[in-house]
Amino acid sequence: MDANKHFVVGVFNDEDVLLSGIKKVRASGIKIEEVYSPFPVHGIDEALGYKRTRLPIAAFIFGMTGTSLALLLQFWMLGFDWPMIIGGKNFASLPPFIPVTFELTVLLSALGMVGTFMIVSDMKPYKWPRQFDIRSTQDMHIMAVDLAVNGGKTKDDIKRILSESGAVEVNEKSFE
Amino acid sequence: MGHSTIAEEKFVFTQEAKKKLIILLAIGIVLFIAGVFFARSADHSEGSGGHAGVMVEKLVAAADESAAAEHASGEHHETAPWIKRILTTLWMNNVFFVGLGIIGLFFVAIQFAAQAGWSAGLKRIPLAMGHWIPIAGLLTLVLWFVTNHDIFHWTHSYLYDENSGSYDTIIAEKAPYFFWPGEAGGFPIFFIARMVIFFGMWYWFFTMIKKNMMAEDLDADTKHWYKNRSISAWFLVFFAVSSSVSAWDWVMSIDTHWFSTMFGWYVFASWWVTGLALITLIVASLKEAGYLKIVNSNHLHDLGKFVFAFSIFWTYIWFGQFLLIYYAHIPEETVYFIERMRTSPYSWIFFANLILNFVLPFLLLMTRDAKRHLSMLKLVCPIIIVGHWFDFYNMVTPGVMKEQGGLGLLEIGTAFIFLAAFLWITLSSLSKMPLFGKNHPLLEESLHHHI
Repeated sequence: MDANKHFVVGVFNDEDVLLSGIKKVRASGIKIEEVYSPFPVHGIDEALGYKRTRLPIAAFIFGMTGTSLALLLQFWMLGFDWPMIIGGKNFASLPPFIPVTFELTVLLSALGMVGTFMIVSDMKPYKWPRQFDIRSTQDMHIMAVDLAVNGGKTKDDIKRILSESGAVEVNEKSFE
Repeated sequence: MGHSTIAEEKFVFTQEAKKKLIILLAIGIVLFIAGVFFARSADHSEGSGGHAGVMVEKLVAAADESAAAEHASGEHHETAPWIKRILTTLWMNNVFFVGLGIIGLFFVAIQFAAQAGWSAGLKRIPLAMGHWIPIAGLLTLVLWFVTNHDIFHWTHSYLYDENSGSYDTIIAEKAPYFFWPGEAGGFPIFFIARMVIFFGMWYWFFTMIKKNMMAEDLDADTKHWYKNRSISAWFLVFFAVSSSVSAWDWVMSIDTHWFSTMFGWYVFASWWVTGLALITLIVASLKEAGYLKIVNSNHLHDLGKFVFAFSIFWTYIWFGQFLLIYYAHIPEETVYFIERMRTSPYSWIFFANLILNFVLPFLLLMTRDAKRHLSMLKLVCPIIIVGHWFDFYNMVTPGVMKEQGGLGLLEIGTAFIFLAAFLWITLSSLSKMPLFGKNHPLLEESLHHHI
């Protein structure tokens, strides 16, 4: 068995061609691994058929965790562990706790979202992204097709479809 | 430019819609009359008895009043509570609807000043709401002269007379703010001048912006848009000051001793989110009636975000004001919240206010889908409008009525009358112009708006 991963890489030099190309490639039954662009292309996520992110749900859960933690922390500290009279108020009174609760809610939802996003996008520390073509950081759009998940089609078929869909260059790339 | 694929639309103010508004008005009038009757009879029956707590309050009040009366050379007399209640609800509803009118203009102005493209197709709805401004100005002026002493404690001349037993140092020091350049306790020249200038200027800005929008329909010249952009910028500068000052004048001056440096913002936030909710509600209703093909779920999403965001903004201001007063614990300031939190019927409104205006909109409009669907917007917007009506009720009423305030048929009826009149003006103005400007330079951008 070959342990390496083999890809066919299409190079596009125009975002409109890329968008129609994505549709053609997907219509032919080929599964696209990933598309890399030097700048955001409007409508590319719909073209690739991506589902909407569920990040807001994660944000809500992290936020609620922050809210509960902050309230628990303050009520326990100021109400039970070390009660102090501040400004003649009750030991545990809600209004002065609100700003801290708000801040912790924001903090935890923000940090949680960043963390979730990095895990979901496979951006772990010390993990370097696969570089299909260095020109995707400059002036070219790069479309990568994983041969392993496109078993029904030969490499030549895929190369031909990519060219027909508007790729100015079609290369091969393997990673260990 | 501006050749869009969307056909020009015109809103038809149908007989059916008119009939509905007239029915709303009729219900309002019936409720108002019934409310007056109940309030009056409640007044008369309470005259003999009453609760102990109320009695103590009354005795204290009576002592104050008699001291005042001695020195007021017979001019001073206490109006019956039921009449005060009518005047209070009239003033409160008027201030609330002044806000809806002026927010219509404010919304249009910020769209021009920010060169916003997304809203190009729906700007005529807030513009139509702005037609209430001249009527509101007239009503405010007339109502001020009618309510006068009964709502605005500071109008009593004995407060400024050092020889009177009721001389009030705190209010006397504020005299120039009301009476300059006249004599303290006389005719409030500065106060009335501000009222007239604010409404005059608001109306002038409104007519200028409207004139340019209508002219653009005819000759498709972008110069009208550029003109409106600079007029709007000047209006925003003027509104920044005038909205705050009118909040102090028309609402905060009722509780004359009390002041909050955040009050201008507070009233503005309340007006603004109510206005946004009404704009969204009208857009959603028009959309449901088959109008506004130019508006799709992306535009609704933006309106929903506005309503969501400014519900939270209002809460932020509300809490900012509350926390400072709560923590500083100065009696002159805390009395404002004690009146509202501990006294019936304001207490339940105080807490309902937070639920209706923060908790519900926050949870219901949080998701993307909620902001994009007509049904959810049509549920949340009325909640916010009613919620902020309660907010204004609690800003105005406790200061005037103290423990004798009520919330019943009278208040609901008055609100219905105002609502019917406001919607009549808005919808009939809307029917007299195209529903969107076909030559708006950013119309194309609005058509492709996608978020």
